[in-house]
Amino acid sequence: MTSRDRVRTPLSAAAMEPDEGGRYGVYGGRYAPETLMAPLEELSRAWDRLRRKRAFQRRLRHLLEHYVGRPTPLYFAERLTEHLGGARIYLKREDLLHTGAHKINNALGQVLLAKEMGKTRIIAETGAGQHGVATATAAALLGLDCVVYMGEEDMRRQRLNVYRMQLLGAEVAAVDAGSRTLKDAINEAFRDWVASFADTHYVLGTVTGPEPYPRMVRQFHSVIGSEARRQLKRQTGAADPDVAIACVGGGSNAMGLFSAFLDRPDVLLVGVEAGGRGPDLGDHAARFSGGTLGVLHGARTLVLQDEEGQVVGTHSVSAGLDYPAVGPEHVFLHEHGQIEFTSATDREAIEGFHLLSAMEGILPALESAHAIAEVTKRAPGMDPDQVIMVNLSGRGDKDVESVLEYDAAPGVE
Amino acid sequence: MSPRRRRSSRGAIAAAFAGCSRQKRAAFIPFLVAGDPSLEATPDLLRALVAGGADVIELGIAFSDPIADGPTIQRASNRALAAGSSLSAVLGIVERQREELGVPIVLFTYYNPVHARGVATFAAQAADSGVDGVLCVDLPPDEGLRELQPALSERDVDSIYLIAATSTKARIDRAAAASNGFVYYAARSDVTGERDDLIPTLEREVKRVRRRVRLPVAVGFGISTPEQVEEVARVAHGVVVGSSLVRLVEENAAEPDLAARLERRVGQLTAPLRR
Repeated sequence: MTSRDRVRTPLSAAAMEPDEGGRYGVYGGRYAPETLMAPLEELSRAWDRLRRKRAFQRRLRHLLEHYVGRPTPLYFAERLTEHLGGARIYLKREDLLHTGAHKINNALGQVLLAKEMGKTRIIAETGAGQHGVATATAAALLGLDCVVYMGEEDMRRQRLNVYRMQLLGAEVAAVDAGSRTLKDAINEAFRDWVASFADTHYVLGTVTGPEPYPRMVRQFHSVIGSEARRQLKRQTGAADPDVAIACVGGGSNAMGLFSAFLDRPDVLLVGVEAGGRGPDLGDHAARFSGGTLGVLHGARTLVLQDEEGQVVGTHSVSAGLDYPAVGPEHVFLHEHGQIEFTSATDREAIEGFHLLSAMEGILPALESAHAIAEVTKRAPGMDPDQVIMVNLSGRGDKDVESVLEYDAAPGVE
Repeated sequence: MSPRRRRSSRGAIAAAFAGCSRQKRAAFIPFLVAGDPSLEATPDLLRALVAGGADVIELGIAFSDPIADGPTIQRASNRALAAGSSLSAVLGIVERQREELGVPIVLFTYYNPVHARGVATFAAQAADSGVDGVLCVDLPPDEGLRELQPALSERDVDSIYLIAATSTKARIDRAAAASNGFVYYAARSDVTGERDDLIPTLEREVKRVRRRVRLPVAVGFGISTPEQVEEVARVAHGVVVGSSLVRLVEENAAEPDLAARLERRVGQLTAPLRR
């Protein structure tokens, strides 16, 4: 390998830690109704106790290995690399995990935590259905009741996942408020939790929400990056890729991959948001280009909103990226030059979906297809001795119907 | 141009509670979502609240993502947003009506509309419009003391914080320290909405709060009938009724005498306080 250029100056470990209030710089925090403040404080304390407890970590590791299927392969995508004619492309195969996406890392961790806290009931929100399926799975495994809130529009787009959750014993509660997508499902989960926290844990599915969710969810997914680094080192002799790419809805799979490289000055970290139908507000979920600072779902972060502070609708062909806010740590790291953000349109994501399917025999989730779209733009301009690592966060079986629909009537961009 | 003078002096909320206290009764604090069913209807509805016996008005700012509200207020928020309601529109209503109404107005809002405007700008505009107090449902004192309270305080606008059944002693003290005017005790660990019964431990809970707080304690969440108002008034300095009035507006939105019906209902709810 040639010597690399330093692409950024990493922050110190201390500068990257959130403060006691869960703030990353001015982002994050704990903006919750008073009724939830005590349960959130309880959760922070429980997490701080358990994350250091060996028995808990051992139990989680055991389940991740024997039940979930970790480690996932880091796969050199040879044909895709040849086709694009540039950087060598490695796929972190989170799509091969039990339930089909990275979401199970966090869901299982949180359900284990809930059980340790003595909770008997689990609630969760879901967009694409992957987090709902993962949470329903973990709840079934550990014998807890489970209710998953899901927007009606997402239930239509992801009806197979709805049935999967029901097969797993979960109740899927339809949310018909607002845009009937992920943000409304989160609203409804919070409403449930305000009344149920005594026996219920809310398994929030991404790196946003009030403290301690962003740091806790990140920690549960950090296994993605730490494995990938070890694997790349074993396969190529060097642990650091030149570029690491991941799609960003709330940002959990990206945080999981990037967390291993935040202190590495020569790894360029690229998050890919949903460009949707185009750049007009309401047509996409690209918070870094169209968002402004706001407070939603417990965190201060970038939000797609109007001048009056009303959150606006979003659009993406991928339900999992169809969300108006983003994890606060992403905004903090972006502000400090640590992560670059770009977007891929619906069309580009669909093309990425087709390309990976045809070239590698892998159907990516439409969320992950946004990351593939970025690979197709970036790889050809790079040298053959350079490496792109991309987080293939989920598999695309759930999206076959959406792709079929799109191909029959491609959206206007 | 001379600087605009703030029309309601600081302490209007405290004065309202003091007035009720002299009459040996609790204050009645109705809640409506501003702009529901329309911005044009709101002024008459506010007059009806006062005519019916409101001592302080809680004026709700519609928000796209009201995570602390049950279905009734969610629907009202949606109607208000569809009717063009916004923080700007509501500040306009308060500016035009505060003097005429003669009772303190507390904006009851989620934090994001305030944040989007910038807290300093918001505080100045709220003061200029005659807003007496501000309660942000999803801004606990932990964040509010740093972010919003100083700006409001500088403009002599009261900050009101929530206390919940789950609030620890330390949290009660924090909310009390951050508040002026009154503190709002959420009687239920739940979203807003009407309920058949008050929680059995309410009296004990409110007393627990009153022991630690010097300010008047208003109690809300799940109070909707004159009987419930009467019961809560025995232990609290103020009684907040929201969802049942919002439902009345919803069910009678098309009636020409909507305001009269609202006034009648508020009269029924305040009757136990005047005996």
